[in-house]
Amino acid sequence: MVASTEAAVPLPRRQSALARFLKSVALLRESPVGMVGAGIVIAWALAAILAPLISPFDPNSTILPFQKPGAIDPTTGKVFWLGTDKIGRDILSRIIYGGRRVLIYGPIATACAYAVGIVMGLAAGYFRGWWDSILSRVSDIVLSFPIFVLYVIVISTFGASGLNIVLAIIFASAPGIMRIVRGLTLDLRNRDYVAAAQTRGESPLYIMFVEILPNARGPLIVDACLRLGYVTITIGTLGFLGLGLPPPDPDWGGMVNENRALAPAFPHMIVYPCLAISSLVLGLNLLADGLREISIRD
Amino acid sequence: MLIFLAKRLGYLVFTMLVVSILVFLVLELDPGNVAQKVLGPYSNDEQRQIWMEANGYLDPLPVRYARWLGDFMIGDFGMSTRFKVPVSEILLPRLGNTALLGLGVLLVMVPLALLLGVLSGMKEGSVQDRTISVFSIATTSVPEFASGVFLVGIFVLWLGWLPGVSNMVGGFDIAQMVLPVAALVMYGFGYITRMTRASMAEVMQTHYIRTAVLKGVPQRQVIMKHALRNALIAPFTVIMLQINWLLSGVIVIEYLFAYKGFGSLLLEAALNKDIFVIEACTMVAVLVAVGTQTLADIGYMYLNPRIRFS
Repeated sequence: MVASTEAAVPLPRRQSALARFLKSVALLRESPVGMVGAGIVIAWALAAILAPLISPFDPNSTILPFQKPGAIDPTTGKVFWLGTDKIGRDILSRIIYGGRRVLIYGPIATACAYAVGIVMGLAAGYFRGWWDSILSRVSDIVLSFPIFVLYVIVISTFGASGLNIVLAIIFASAPGIMRIVRGLTLDLRNRDYVAAAQTRGESPLYIMFVEILPNARGPLIVDACLRLGYVTITIGTLGFLGLGLPPPDPDWGGMVNENRALAPAFPHMIVYPCLAISSLVLGLNLLADGLREISIRD
Repeated sequence: MLIFLAKRLGYLVFTMLVVSILVFLVLELDPGNVAQKVLGPYSNDEQRQIWMEANGYLDPLPVRYARWLGDFMIGDFGMSTRFKVPVSEILLPRLGNTALLGLGVLLVMVPLALLLGVLSGMKEGSVQDRTISVFSIATTSVPEFASGVFLVGIFVLWLGWLPGVSNMVGGFDIAQMVLPVAALVMYGFGYITRMTRASMAEVMQTHYIRTAVLKGVPQRQVIMKHALRNALIAPFTVIMLQINWLLSGVIVIEYLFAYKGFGSLLLEAALNKDIFVIEACTMVAVLVAVGTQTLADIGYMYLNPRIRFS
């Protein structure tokens, strides 16, 4: 009996994961704002990947100080498109390599913060009770800190290394992510498919990560995009405050801080790094806005 | 109502206690480290030992914490190792300056953000709405230090209209306030605008607005009399929470413009390992942040009768 019913109603074949992914990416075409954002982000990502090929000079070698944009290096005949800084490093090359640095540390910090925040949020929202009270209280306390006060104390006490910056960002961002995941979990845990999985006797881990998490992905992707922009701002601002990634490797905020005393005579030294960071964050925020627009429409 | 107030205040005290323990553990866990920061990196072990004995740093951790907390409660924050004066003497004038800056930011930012938010939420999806949305996304994408640099580039280096340094050396000068305020407003107003827009758009869809429109009330009056009142409840909380963000923003902007405020004090203290100043600044910052959150909760309940009476 059962077999014949199944044969009578053939189920449509499920598309492969890749095909479904490409289809949802294609949806972004409906949002012009989102497309512009995606374009900017992809351009920066390509520049970061191709940095050794496209940057005209080595980012850390001192060539000729105080050159204005468009000046020519007399020894190699190459152009300093955006000028050089006070100790003679090519600003364009430093911006390209600086983008590489931000696009490595930013996503790593964001992804780690998400891993922590998702585990906390799922546990709080699914188990409720004590877990929820403790985790929510801890998050409330971390979130009540003015965020940069936290960064300044933690990083000035433990030292400004890449690892410490990533850890500080995880510590400061995970509670916010936890709140979002917790809210989504509280809603999703009452769905029928969760009840079905519980009846089947699936373990809580399976239910949280296989049944609940994939269905919460929409808002989380939008938030991740915004958060990545915010982490980029954080890394740049820490560099500007002199608490950023250690020199001499280029860092956008650090470039502004190193050269700002000379800004009245050589504004190019600080304006271009500021344009770089602003455009990357703008790209991420526009992309997030486009994604949200599409996810609301569905 | 009283129970609610007591709960909120209890929560405030609880948060401050936890934060004070965290701050104490991060900065004073190792007494030798404290001695080194107070006496400088070139002090020898013997000198540090003498200092620790004289100041009770050889006592067990809980005793030291209790004493530290007690001193804090009566406003004795210790001596600044850099300026050699009591921390409170430096902190108070700096706090006053930052309060002035923050007040300036709120006075400009709140009306601007509410106006733009209402204009954009009035007609969801209109050209006006989309223009304001993209504009606020764009300004929010520029980090505070970068908007400061752009403003300096335009108004100081290019046009020469305003001073680029706000250290107030020759007494208070309103011209020196313009750029720090503008930079903070640029970064901050977008968020309030978006919240107001969302709240306004939601109110515009309600039945009572539809009723008002259908019975022929002029558009202007629908907005001013019926919509605004309800649409502005949600942004109130957001505005109060912006004070938390401002405490972060002032660190960057005060450093950029050399403004003698609380944020630059905290940063200088952190960079110079001026440990007791760091502690005092952190506790004050968290107290202000948690205090405004508590006020926001209370105010929200007061403004929104639906919560108050349920």
